[in-house]
Amino acid sequence: MDRALGENGRVTIYAITVLGHDRPGIIADATGRLAALGVNIEDSSMTRLRGHFAMTLVCAGSAANAEISAGLAPLTADGTLTVTVFELPEEELGAEEGAAYVLTVHGGDRPGIVSSLTAQIAAVGGNITDLTTRLAGELYVVVAELDLPSAVDVPALGEAIGRVAAGLGVEATLRPVEADEL
Amino acid sequence: MSQQRSAAPPSGRVAGWSEAELGVEGRVRDVVRAPAEVLSTPGAEVDPRSPEAVQLAADLIATMRVSPGCVGLAADQVRVAARMFCVDVSGHPKARTQHGTFVLCNAEIVAASRNEKAREGCMSVPDLTGDVKRATRVTVRGQLPLTGEEVVVVTDAFEARCLQHEIDHTNGLVFLDRVAGADAIHPRKTYL
Repeated sequence: MDRALGENGRVTIYAITVLGHDRPGIIADATGRLAALGVNIEDSSMTRLRGHFAMTLVCAGSAANAEISAGLAPLTADGTLTVTVFELPEEELGAEEGAAYVLTVHGGDRPGIVSSLTAQIAAVGGNITDLTTRLAGELYVVVAELDLPSAVDVPALGEAIGRVAAGLGVEATLRPVEADEL
Repeated sequence: MSQQRSAAPPSGRVAGWSEAELGVEGRVRDVVRAPAEVLSTPGAEVDPRSPEAVQLAADLIATMRVSPGCVGLAADQVRVAARMFCVDVSGHPKARTQHGTFVLCNAEIVAASRNEKAREGCMSVPDLTGDVKRATRVTVRGQLPLTGEEVVVVTDAFEARCLQHEIDHTNGLVFLDRVAGADAIHPRKTYL
């Protein structure tokens, strides 16, 4: 659906989060309420994090924040879900540049794995575009997708990440993302 | 490299085929993008000997040639819901067995094995890529345009993936219909 213009000719972009105790029907309920307000879901992501429901939606609509918040309020009635609605500034998104890589890390759980490794990426101006971490028993797993500017010395970054990983006692691998054009 | 399996022997008739056999000049056609109904419409059987089919074959190749990075194009991508596509993976770094440029009509997969997941993109879905599991070895049967002769292509690796992607198009499927899971769709990062 194209962004429909509201009566005042203005469409607002909202970030909406729904977090809390998982049960069947949350998505149908939440999105039904948004549809009733004429709010269009654009990009969204939902997963379960340690069993908890976690959804983030970027939506467009001409409804006011207060209207959307009120429309979603019944979701929170039993106290097990938290909903936030806030307006995002209109931004001109620059063209994606650089090359895509995947960083995978696995090893024994301990504090600082994500921060130490992502610091290496940030230090060279790399941008993480997707991140998942999972704790399964003692095993900690991190998978991150990142864009690296073309000027980055990738082998040197790989070595730096390897050194940090060795210090933490985990395995880390940085490899290019390859997409086959068909 | 000792673990590398030997490539399947290319089918001589298909490997030796070229668009010069068609005897008509290909014209570049517009490539449609999703959402477009034709991309979700199963293609009709083609009479490979018909003048329309011969022209379409030439046009598919001409359109593939002018599209950077394009290694295959199906008729529905140029708005014709017909069971025809062209392929050319020549020189692609992931290709092993390769048959050069060819067009198949009414193609179907008769054998497939050894699945492997990889991220693929499509000219008709230019802003997304998706992780799709495909067989790395396939046997495909189809007909050549103009003569209508039946050919069998046994191939592997990148050409096998490409054939499966194009045959999907002839059945009204795009890679989005086959993605491996909810986290398997990605915004496109590089533009060719």
